[in-house]
Amino acid sequence: MLQKNEQYSPLSPELTAKEVRSFIEENFLFRGNCESIRDDESLIAAGLIDSTGVLELVAFLEEQFGIEVADADIMPENLDSIRAITSYIASHKPR
Amino acid sequence: MCGVVGYFGATASRSAGRAELTRMVGALRHRGPDALGYHVEDGVGFGHARLSIIDIAGGQQPMAGGDDDTWITFNGEIFNYVELRQALVAEGVRFRTQSDTEVILKLYEKLGPRCVESFNGDFAFAIWDRRRRQLFMARDRMGVRPLFHASVGGKLYFASEVKALLEVPGLTAELDPIALDQTFTFWFPLAPRTHFKSISELPPGHLLVAREGHVEIKPYWRLEYPDADADRADRRSEAEIAEEVRALLIDATRIRLRSDVPVGSYLSGGLDSSIVTAAAKGLVADRLTSFSIGFEEAEYDESAFQEHMVAALGTEHHSFRCRNADIARVFPDVVRAAERPMLRTAPAPLFLLSQRVQDRGFKVVLTGEGADEVFAGYDIFKEAAVRRFCARQPGSRFRSSLFKRLYPYLPGLQGQSPAYLEAFFKARPEDLADPLFSHLPRFRNTAAAKVFFSDDLRRELAGYDAFADLRARLPADFTRWHRLSQAQYLETAHLLPGYILCSQGDRVAMAHAVEGRFPFLDHRLVEFAARIPPRLKLKGLREKHILRKAARDMLPPLVGNRPKQPYRAPDAQSFAGAAPSYVEACLAPATTRQMGYFDPTAVAKLDAKRRNGRIVGFRDGVALVGVLSTALWHQSFCRNPLSNNKTGGHERASEERAVLAIEP
Repeated sequence: MLQKNEQYSPLSPELTAKEVRSFIEENFLFRGNCESIRDDESLIAAGLIDSTGVLELVAFLEEQFGIEVADADIMPENLDSIRAITSYIASHKPR
Repeated sequence: MCGVVGYFGATASRSAGRAELTRMVGALRHRGPDALGYHVEDGVGFGHARLSIIDIAGGQQPMAGGDDDTWITFNGEIFNYVELRQALVAEGVRFRTQSDTEVILKLYEKLGPRCVESFNGDFAFAIWDRRRRQLFMARDRMGVRPLFHASVGGKLYFASEVKALLEVPGLTAELDPIALDQTFTFWFPLAPRTHFKSISELPPGHLLVAREGHVEIKPYWRLEYPDADADRADRRSEAEIAEEVRALLIDATRIRLRSDVPVGSYLSGGLDSSIVTAAAKGLVADRLTSFSIGFEEAEYDESAFQEHMVAALGTEHHSFRCRNADIARVFPDVVRAAERPMLRTAPAPLFLLSQRVQDRGFKVVLTGEGADEVFAGYDIFKEAAVRRFCARQPGSRFRSSLFKRLYPYLPGLQGQSPAYLEAFFKARPEDLADPLFSHLPRFRNTAAAKVFFSDDLRRELAGYDAFADLRARLPADFTRWHRLSQAQYLETAHLLPGYILCSQGDRVAMAHAVEGRFPFLDHRLVEFAARIPPRLKLKGLREKHILRKAARDMLPPLVGNRPKQPYRAPDAQSFAGAAPSYVEACLAPATTRQMGYFDPTAVAKLDAKRRNGRIVGFRDGVALVGVLSTALWHQSFCRNPLSNNKTGGHERASEERAVLAIEP
């Protein structure tokens, strides 16, 4: 996890992906190592995120990356894989 | 209402048999605090713990038939015993008591095992027939009263609860991994399987006949629905059907008020318990007493509706406010009472409620349980209808917007975008032909919690497929039924007896010697409702339409038109943050490793989420309650953990002490 003072510093896409992956592993995957889910794998189809679990993911993105996730953005195409989340963060990073 | 125990087979002596029965029935005193009774003869022994409700003076058990050649030990009520008795008396049969127990015996003497077909009631009993050297046991159609059995050393033992069987020498508790897998899929094991490897339940609507060296178990009743074609052709008018529902419901309530002690009523504020309470009020001379639960969290609390009904009906009302901390405090007692791991905490407030009912001096309560199964009230029925409706036109924006109409009482779901709701609920093309279609989202979401199973448990399960197991048990004509009937069958024949009537019903009520009575589960009403066209039960997306119509003038409009809010209790929230010390002890890696059922690292991560109050998802919620209750179950009952070769003997012993020493 990042230190507090690093929270809003721009992250490379690789670091962001790593951070997202580690959050998902810690909070949704529970078991296995970082390689056990592919970057483009659907989190819903993998049974990792269910109908209420996605709110947990949104809270993480807002707290950890300082972005605001608009209601209209809470869609599977933005948030349903590590790759989608990483690029969503990249395009919504605070200036 | 009582607890029954017994055995069939040779004992070393009558006194040895009597000693076994004493230990067994001692484990069931909570079910029958009023009196104990025994009958022992060569090759058979019965015990009974009595909660006196009908014929207080004459109803002692075990009870003998006229010539002492038949003996019975009986738990439950035969509500139509008055009519059955009158008919027998008219035929010249003589009775010694006013009890329903004696009616069972006399009808058995006349008809043999077929007598069960005449009974309208909630029952579990055993009859010893000395002339035929035959033990006969039966359980009610819907599964209200429990009955378990096991074979040890050539003897058949039976009891109302597993606790009594665990008093039998040579019978120890060991987890059945398949039962755990089924629980982490359906919320309960599929009868006759129980969580205990060597113990079976007699399934609802079944009877058992044992003779020397031979045991036969078979159904005498089953829930069935007409073919979908017959439903469409049904031309009875809505008004005509509603009138019949009303008449049956009132009669079902009337015979459930038969008791020599006062009968109270559970009042949740929802449609079903309000209908039952209203029906009862019109049938009793005295002021009716009602009981309800309120919650500190608005999401679960129905107090406003309860107060509205109390004002409308003028009952003498007792309300109990359940805090999250109360749930956490009693949860170990609830698991011990239910004798099974559970994925929900909802049994806990009902356990506390029955305590208050007992404190008020009541032994019997009416409840509205069963209406959602019988008349299609649950949101899962709507969910299935909307999923199928959407699947017919996959691109339709309008159709998928209907997902928003489901589960209005779940804030976590209501906060979702339409796109996510569609992703969660959308039927996969291969699902459409699946007989479990209606329940696939629930089963899949629940089964996701199996990610916490340990590698050892997975190995032992060896690819077991609970979905395939359930599909293989469906009746042959299931595929011809209407989709709604299929979904109702899964709820009524499985979830109802497997979870609702035991963990939320008999066990938590009888833990405090309170008998629940369920007018909606009168088999006449169940059979009639099964033949009501599905379009009149779920009308569009209006649930229980025909029942609302039938009870229209019994209720204030606020309650009569109220959308379904199922009874729920805070699950993970009850254990968030600073919970009682047993919670941490149960979820600690050492405990998890010692039990062997779950992965210690994964459970530790879940526990971290719990401490931070961050468990919001469905899967994590059922996993937390499931893992915790399994650990409590293990502590309460097991002596043979799955992986007791995992750690050194010394370390294991100290871990065990640590777990067992904790105070709830």
